[in-house]
Amino acid sequence: MEKFVRLDGLVAPLDRNNVDTDAIIPKQFLKSIKRSGFGPNAFDEWRYMDVGQPGQDCSLRPKNPNFVLNQPRYQGAQVLLTRQNFGCGSSREHAPWALLDFGFKAVIAESFADIFFNNCFKNGILPIVLPAAEVDALFKQVEATPGYKLVVDLPAQAVIRPDGYGIPFQVDAFRKECLLNGWDDIGLTLRHADKIHEFEEKRRIEQPWLFA
Amino acid sequence: MPKTLYDKLWESHVVHQEDDGTALIYIDRHLIHEVTSPQAFEGLKLAGRKPWRVSSIVATADHNTPTDHWDEGILDPVSRLQVETLDANIREVGALAYFPFRDPKQGIVHVVGPENGATLPGMTVVCGDSHTSTHGAFACMAHGIGTSEVEHVLATQCLVQKKSKTLLVAVEGRLGKGVTAKDIALAVIGTIGTAGGTGYAIEFAGSAIRGLSMEGRMTLCNMAIEGGARMGFVAVDDTTIDYLRGRPFSPRGDAWEKAVAYWRTLKSDEGARFDRVIQLKAEDIQPQVTWGTSPEMVVGIGATVPDPAKQTDPVKREGMERALQYMGLNPNMGIKDIKVDKIFIGSCTNSRIEDLREAAAVAKGRSVAASVKLALVVPGSGLVKRQAEAEGLDKIFTAAGFQWREPGCSMCLAMNADRLEPGERCASTSNRNFEGRQGPGGRTHLVSPAMAAAAAIAGHFADVRDLL
Ligand code: SF4
Repeated sequence: MEKFVRLDGLVAPLDRNNVDTDAIIPKQFLKSIKRSGFGPNAFDEWRYMDVGQPGQDCSLRPKNPNFVLNQPRYQGAQVLLTRQNFGCGSSREHAPWALLDFGFKAVIAESFADIFFNNCFKNGILPIVLPAAEVDALFKQVEATPGYKLVVDLPAQAVIRPDGYGIPFQVDAFRKECLLNGWDDIGLTLRHADKIHEFEEKRRIEQPWLFA
Repeated sequence: MPKTLYDKLWESHVVHQEDDGTALIYIDRHLIHEVTSPQAFEGLKLAGRKPWRVSSIVATADHNTPTDHWDEGILDPVSRLQVETLDANIREVGALAYFPFRDPKQGIVHVVGPENGATLPGMTVVCGDSHTSTHGAFACMAHGIGTSEVEHVLATQCLVQKKSKTLLVAVEGRLGKGVTAKDIALAVIGTIGTAGGTGYAIEFAGSAIRGLSMEGRMTLCNMAIEGGARMGFVAVDDTTIDYLRGRPFSPRGDAWEKAVAYWRTLKSDEGARFDRVIQLKAEDIQPQVTWGTSPEMVVGIGATVPDPAKQTDPVKREGMERALQYMGLNPNMGIKDIKVDKIFIGSCTNSRIEDLREAAAVAKGRSVAASVKLALVVPGSGLVKRQAEAEGLDKIFTAAGFQWREPGCSMCLAMNADRLEPGERCASTSNRNFEGRQGPGGRTHLVSPAMAAAAAIAGHFADVRDLL
């Protein structure tokens, strides 16, 4: 996993509540057995005028000019700004894979769905929860200011606006460490292999039916 | 101190805990299907790691598999590759049980686990699938995980977790005739909202829940995720134990007695504290129908489509307007005036034997309306299918004009050939009415199996209570 420390990135606004993972990456693309290459199909149904199928050359497809991420001013965005309950629905990790492949490294929202939130950290994307009033103010600024960028400073746990105003955010100490160092969870867990064995043996004696 | 069921489940699985509360949680059962596992197996192999305990794995192919012409195999080459990749991965690493495509016991992962006794009370159950919450019906700590976590469980038999808050949803009283677990689930989501359960583990309790069968409890816990909760569960009682007796992977003899004694402790203690409590009266719950593109956009069958003009929150109002536009509905029209094109009875929410019995009771001796293009009944597993056939339910459905299919996820998410065409409207017993969920441009209304059957007969939404 790539490290995440500090980001100075263009912001794209997706002004909706309850953006679900089916919308982020429609199911026909889940048939892939790879982890990469989902970017061109991120938000497929909103982004293109035709119905997307796996294996198409997306550069040839008609784009929906009304979809915000298609607007020239948001090309190259690295920070996605959205509203409540982002990433709800299916647990598909293809959703953060698609966002990452598209170029997003951080997502700012009022709230996230739980599994999606978790999946972001496993892929080096930082999901940031900010109060509704701050999110609202950011939407107004982004829309009013072409080229609007935000600094996301993970060590300082703050989102810094171009006017210098800093908005603090919370992140679990453990997850922060993992992101800052690009650590692989599995390697960390296996440091406790002895404890896992010990727990398992006890369980095998107490509840043998679980080990049939 | 009195403990909640969640406290008990959590504490009995902590392998190690960090100071900030992050814990390593031991996983008893790992369910696997073809869509969310290939990258995990590949990752494991690339890192030179071996699965920790293959006897925890129960696998099946369900999302991509066709529901008819099984003799022809899987025609879509991309779907076929995914299913074959699962075959190859399981062949290589092994499993407690594998129900591949065309196996007599193949089916939807959340139907197959419980019916084989592979889901037992007190377990932690995970799967790369959000509806893993279904297994909470057996007093399990059961939830969906992403593919990285699938790999993590394969490699370590653990997950890194933080304890959730607890939400008690108490439903007291008796459900009215024609009102089912699905209606409770939708009514709860309508009350708390799709993000209302975020950060919580839900315990469903109260006399109305006690009165549900295991099938009903599975339907309810299945939908916990649609209320934002990672998991939902129900305490163990006689209904749980009766269901498990004699299932293939249930314990036997002395082990059964010992297990039952332990399982009976799996309930919240008298006086246990919850972070939040919600109470519903069973008598107040009507058969539910969703009108929008989120499960919280739901009303009773007698109601009208809500009017965004009456919504004061601008973001919510815009969401409602967008949903109505997508759904092709006008504010204030009667739910019963909404005509349907297709009917789908199936999915891990409502494809068990009891669901099919409820739908068949409505369909019996009646016919699907001529305006309905397709009415599908897709049993949740091969076992459900044969049981239904033994009871003659298939004959009732086909005589009424429904199609009787092979088991799988089918039109719940339309990864196989069963799907809606753009603009088509479906009464569906599945769990998600998101834009495009059942096919690009398709319009989904979530209902119970009995209500889906009633809509099939009427050609529009109808109150099933008038047909019973
Ligand atoms: S039936 Fe639907 S919700 Fe259930 S596992 Fe299959 S695709 Fe997922």
